[in-house]
Amino acid sequence: MKKTFLNKYHHENGGHMVDFSGWEMPINYGSQISEHLSVRENVGMFDVSHMAVFDLDGNEQLDFLKSLLPNDVSKIVDRKRALYSPLLNHDGGILDDLIVYHLGGLNFRIISNCATRDQNLNWFNEISSGFDVAIDFKSDYSIIAIQGPSSQSALGNLLKQELQNFHLQMDNEIMIARTGYTGEIGFEIVSNKTIGQEIWSEFIKLGVKPVGLAARDTLRLEAGYNLYGLDMSIQNNPYDSNLSWTIDLSDDKRDFIGKKALERNKKSDEILCGFYTEERGVLRSGMEISFKNGGGVITSGTWSPTFKKNIGLCRISANHPEKGAALLRDKEVNLYFCETNFLKYLK
Amino acid sequence: MAQIPDNLKFLDSHEWARQEDDGTITVGISDHAQELLGDIVFVELPDIGKNIEKKGDVAIVESVKAASDVYSPISGEVTEVNQVLSDNPEIINTSPYEEGWFFKIKPQDINELAELLDSEAYKKISES
Repeated sequence: MKKTFLNKYHHENGGHMVDFSGWEMPINYGSQISEHLSVRENVGMFDVSHMAVFDLDGNEQLDFLKSLLPNDVSKIVDRKRALYSPLLNHDGGILDDLIVYHLGGLNFRIISNCATRDQNLNWFNEISSGFDVAIDFKSDYSIIAIQGPSSQSALGNLLKQELQNFHLQMDNEIMIARTGYTGEIGFEIVSNKTIGQEIWSEFIKLGVKPVGLAARDTLRLEAGYNLYGLDMSIQNNPYDSNLSWTIDLSDDKRDFIGKKALERNKKSDEILCGFYTEERGVLRSGMEISFKNGGGVITSGTWSPTFKKNIGLCRISANHPEKGAALLRDKEVNLYFCETNFLKYLK
Repeated sequence: MAQIPDNLKFLDSHEWARQEDDGTITVGISDHAQELLGDIVFVELPDIGKNIEKKGDVAIVESVKAASDVYSPISGEVTEVNQVLSDNPEIINTSPYEEGWFFKIKPQDINELAELLDSEAYKKISES
């Protein structure tokens, strides 16, 4: 299994290690609930160095990205900002989701999921062959996500100025972006391993708690963020996956991969929708949902540490009633459909 | 390391059994089991008076991560369940052998107890 540079730390500090897409990663350090709550209420940090970093090189990075992604990178040029986008194939199917960062000048960086790393590298290489662009896959970078209401003060003088949401700074080869996948104020710090080790140790000294991947999953689900491979796949498109907002059609001259196919798929028979239950027991990914004249399937389901009830995402008919039912251990459980951002909806 | 008390008997599916002074058998899940499950959020307990078979599924324990059946180490009748678990299932994580017990059984055949794994044998299984 592949290991991040923090593997030794995880082992020595109670990390329960699991195989996560070929990487040995901490699922928790004892209690995922307390780790989850530390991010919601205070601050926590994640080793996410297993994620894939691609640095672009060459003069046509902007044109390449405008062609590659449905979201329009023009929005972040000259601004040192980050932009979320799905990655599509020519049929409009979702290959992955990612964040592209403008590092300054002509230079961009992409960070995408770890399980799709090889696919993405091949895809970027294929598409970039038509541009003056080279793809530099960084196999040994440090990515530390520090998330939670107190994350900004924990960063201290690493931050040269206050960063707005989705803004970033590049300072001595350390990128700090105000991004994350938890629904809290937070930052992602990308650097080489040596600096990453120093930053991690510094945060530990400040009392920042390490958080495992299990809490990362419940945090993202409470915020209504899709997990690639569960809530969306190559069979889906942005319109049926709550990502219409990432398709930027404002520049009608811009062509991007999947654009023509998406024009045919604007109306979708199914949608990705939130649900919660008021009963005990947890409805999980893969369970079927039924209601009058339709149904669907749960794509992600968990017990929410913040709201102390079962929440999740489901893929159901676009024309659905207010509630449905699922079978849990031969017992019918009612589920109520709702918006996906539980942090807003259930608060 | 997970704790494995010497005075308990075990099933290979990670349940423990303890003989009490009144002859009943108390059942719970091991420290190793609660570690595997992670934070426990819900427990479904059997009805009092229910007759259960050795290795029959008798309760359900659900963590944030997964749901799992709990099997009875011994045959008999359920005489008591730990009501505290309904509202505070997390005590299984903090005290799997004491406060986090699941149910008590009046054994049908006390000889079944001797057939269970002792702490040494269970230690080998839980470490493999």
